[in-house]
Amino acid sequence: MSAASAASLGPAVDVSGLQVSIGGSRVLAGVDLRVPVGQVTALLGRNGVGKTTTLRALIGLLPSAGDISLLGRRVSGWPTHRIIQLGVGYVPEDRDVFAGLSVAENLRIAEADRDADYDRVYDLFPELRQRSRQLAGSLSGGQQQMVAIGRVLLADRPLLLVDEPTKGLSPKFVSEVVDVLERVRETATILMVEQNVHVVRRLAQHVIVLDRGVVAHAGEVGDLDDETLARRLLGVSA
Amino acid sequence: MSTFIAITISGLALGAVYFLIASGLSLIYGLMDVLNFAHGVFLTLGAYAGWAVAAHLPGLGFGGVVIAAAAAGAAVAAVTELLLIRPLYGRPISQILVTIGLDLALVGLLEGGFGSDSLSITVPGWLTAVTAVGGERIPNGDFVALGAGLAVLGALTWFLRRTRYGMIIRAGAENRDMVRALGIDVGRAFTVVFAVGGAAAGLAGLLNSVVFSGALVDPTQGDQLLIFAFIVVVIGGLGSIAGSAVAATGVGLVQVYVTFYAGSGAGLAQLGNVSVVLVLAIVLLVRPRGLLGRTA
Amino acid sequence: MTTPQDGGLTTVLGRLAHRSVTPAPTLPPPGRLASPGSRTRAVTALAVVAVFALIPLASLVVPWVLPGPVDVLNSAGTLDVLGLCFVFAGVALGYDVLFGFTGLLSFGQVLYFAIGAYGLDITLTVWNWPLLPALLVTLAAGLLVALVLGAISLRGSGIAFAMVTLAFAQVGYYLIEDNPHNLTGGDTGLAMSAARLPSALVGVASTRNLYWLALVFLIVVYAVVWLVTGSSTGRVWLAIRESERRAEVLGYRSFPFKLASFALSSLIATAGGIVYLLLVGTATPDAVASTTVTISILVMVVLGGAGTRWGAVAGAMVYVYLQQYLLKIAAEPSFGALPAVLRVPLSQPSFLLGALFILFILFAPGGVAGLASRVAARVSTRRRKPQAEPREKPVE
Repeated sequence: MSAASAASLGPAVDVSGLQVSIGGSRVLAGVDLRVPVGQVTALLGRNGVGKTTTLRALIGLLPSAGDISLLGRRVSGWPTHRIIQLGVGYVPEDRDVFAGLSVAENLRIAEADRDADYDRVYDLFPELRQRSRQLAGSLSGGQQQMVAIGRVLLADRPLLLVDEPTKGLSPKFVSEVVDVLERVRETATILMVEQNVHVVRRLAQHVIVLDRGVVAHAGEVGDLDDETLARRLLGVSA
Repeated sequence: MSTFIAITISGLALGAVYFLIASGLSLIYGLMDVLNFAHGVFLTLGAYAGWAVAAHLPGLGFGGVVIAAAAAGAAVAAVTELLLIRPLYGRPISQILVTIGLDLALVGLLEGGFGSDSLSITVPGWLTAVTAVGGERIPNGDFVALGAGLAVLGALTWFLRRTRYGMIIRAGAENRDMVRALGIDVGRAFTVVFAVGGAAAGLAGLLNSVVFSGALVDPTQGDQLLIFAFIVVVIGGLGSIAGSAVAATGVGLVQVYVTFYAGSGAGLAQLGNVSVVLVLAIVLLVRPRGLLGRTA
Repeated sequence: MTTPQDGGLTTVLGRLAHRSVTPAPTLPPPGRLASPGSRTRAVTALAVVAVFALIPLASLVVPWVLPGPVDVLNSAGTLDVLGLCFVFAGVALGYDVLFGFTGLLSFGQVLYFAIGAYGLDITLTVWNWPLLPALLVTLAAGLLVALVLGAISLRGSGIAFAMVTLAFAQVGYYLIEDNPHNLTGGDTGLAMSAARLPSALVGVASTRNLYWLALVFLIVVYAVVWLVTGSSTGRVWLAIRESERRAEVLGYRSFPFKLASFALSSLIATAGGIVYLLLVGTATPDAVASTTVTISILVMVVLGGAGTRWGAVAGAMVYVYLQQYLLKIAAEPSFGALPAVLRVPLSQPSFLLGALFILFILFAPGGVAGLASRVAARVSTRRRKPQAEPREKPVE
């Protein structure tokens, strides 16, 4: 989607004043963020700053205060499954595949309607077709990530929330995942938590940086070229 | 030798009844982290429903009695889940406590309504008759109980492995949040699981009174049986149907063997029950998670 | 003054124990009586104790509310029931240590209550021992059994622990019913022989003395529990309740503390059983060893408010009182005139108490104590900071 037509639609994710407390400590203290439609936005920040918490709060897996709108609908207080049914795909940080179910069952359970596009998924991840009867618990990390991503692609989901898709993967799998996400971004908005700055540079157009429970910076991926900014906010050199 | 066979079949039949109860408990705990004390009441209500049908609708035959027992268990279980368990999401101890409260209240109600005396269920003649197997006379009820246990084991396995709902339940037992994050309403699965557990419990309650209690029904039957079902669930491992099956068989056999072979000296009548608790203690010392239990 | 709160990691046990039953109570530090709030509480407590101590001397006619057959305040019927209230209040308090403070859901404390009652009964009646050795041996037996069975039970966590305690208690019930060597009298129970008892506890004036004995028992238990839960041990217990893993990270091996909590709770139950026997005169399996008693104690503690000490006492007193009172009402002739639909449920204390229990869990999980502190918070001029409530919507 071109930037011009994207700008004419409302943001895919519109959050204001998001507050989340876990076990008595305030993790998010008033996050405001906007994720433009049809683009890839990277959610960055130091370890433990609350990136995963943000994603989980967006889909109602964590109780929160504040206003959350996804795909133009106010979803604050909705139960998770209703939010997902709006057309949201969630790829969690630790893959969270169902170890006791087979690969095929892991995909089947994610079918949103009868028109599940298995061809698309097996096209992107041919290995899954061969291993369809294998128990997901016996897969390698990379293969599990294929399942985790594949299952959200069975249906057309306009918004994908992806949490560290390349974490702990070998370089071969990293580039496979990045290739897939590159193809997917043509038809979906992606909000992605990612620590690997190279991946961010390749996939994302926008960046949002969290620090101390609030958004410290929201801008374009090119902003990361500023060494001092990058080091201050991320603790890494970009 | 034939005595041994007769005793073994008796033990297996008892194990089958335990399995019927334990499987429901395990299923519910596995998916919902709730230990359902009201299960005892589902047992008792199933038996009472069976009695009511046998007494007032004899035309439906024993099949009607069985169906009534299972249906009553399922219905009460579903209502319990909707009214009492659902509002207490996220508070597992409160959920356990509320089932205890329900147990207390319903048993009290039954005692008030029917008195603490036992009622008698009219059962078809063939059920109380015996069949000769290898020289021994074995009560037909044992075969019925055993058959019911195997049938439910088969049905449950089929349900869990071959239906979409079963798949959702298996997945939810591993990771409820992820199931929700795939757009599935786990709450409906909760009710289904409670209902299934309730149906099995109702059936178990009926079988227990017909086969093991001389066709008598009283308000406290369910709770007495429930304790053994809990022991079976812990030995087998919380959340594991296969574990429940194995443990139920073991517990049933141990109880029957010890009671028979220990004789009837004073103070030994309860040796069978004591041995079961001993097994529990040993299993816990050696394998705290139970035989086939998943991580708590 | 605040209890240690865990960050993100909680074990299943901690999660189970913490979330539901009550907001974490704020404990005053050792060496209290510093703040005016606690001084008011102490004065109130003393006043309450004084009132109860004086009841046996008050021949007031109080219509309607008394549980005994005679509507006089210090009648034998009233004193008996109140004495029973005190006994169970003490036992419930002991259970609160285990469940409310340490977060261990046990279904087996009734076993130690039974050991207390039957222990004293057997030593006095069957073996004809003098009183003091009988008391000491009974208490020792309770403690010993608690240490052994507790060590085994605590191998399991959470639900497994609860089930094992239930199983052991059930074995106790079976053994008593079995009447081994004719020790326990089986189903009908064992009546206590008064031969070795001091005359103050036997005979006509004994009702009053037994009443005071029960009251003293409660006071002693309360004092002990108050001291121990306020000490550093008590704080470790609270930490274990919140999160066992966190307590261990802080350097505490949780097992000895859990066992200590278990042992204290059981010892109190044993002592309670002893006082029960003195009060009632007979030990029967259904009254002292059945799971009904276990459930009753649990209900008392939760209704009153777990983890608050006075909640357990209040819960127990209300529970026992209601139970006796309801039985008395159900026997009234005017009651028999009610239609069966009303009469049957109302005649069953179990039903009413169970229903009440359910209502409390659904709507007032902090029990009576929780309700009372909510009311107090609204009434008091000194605003207390509301419990940090992170939930804006219920967690599914």
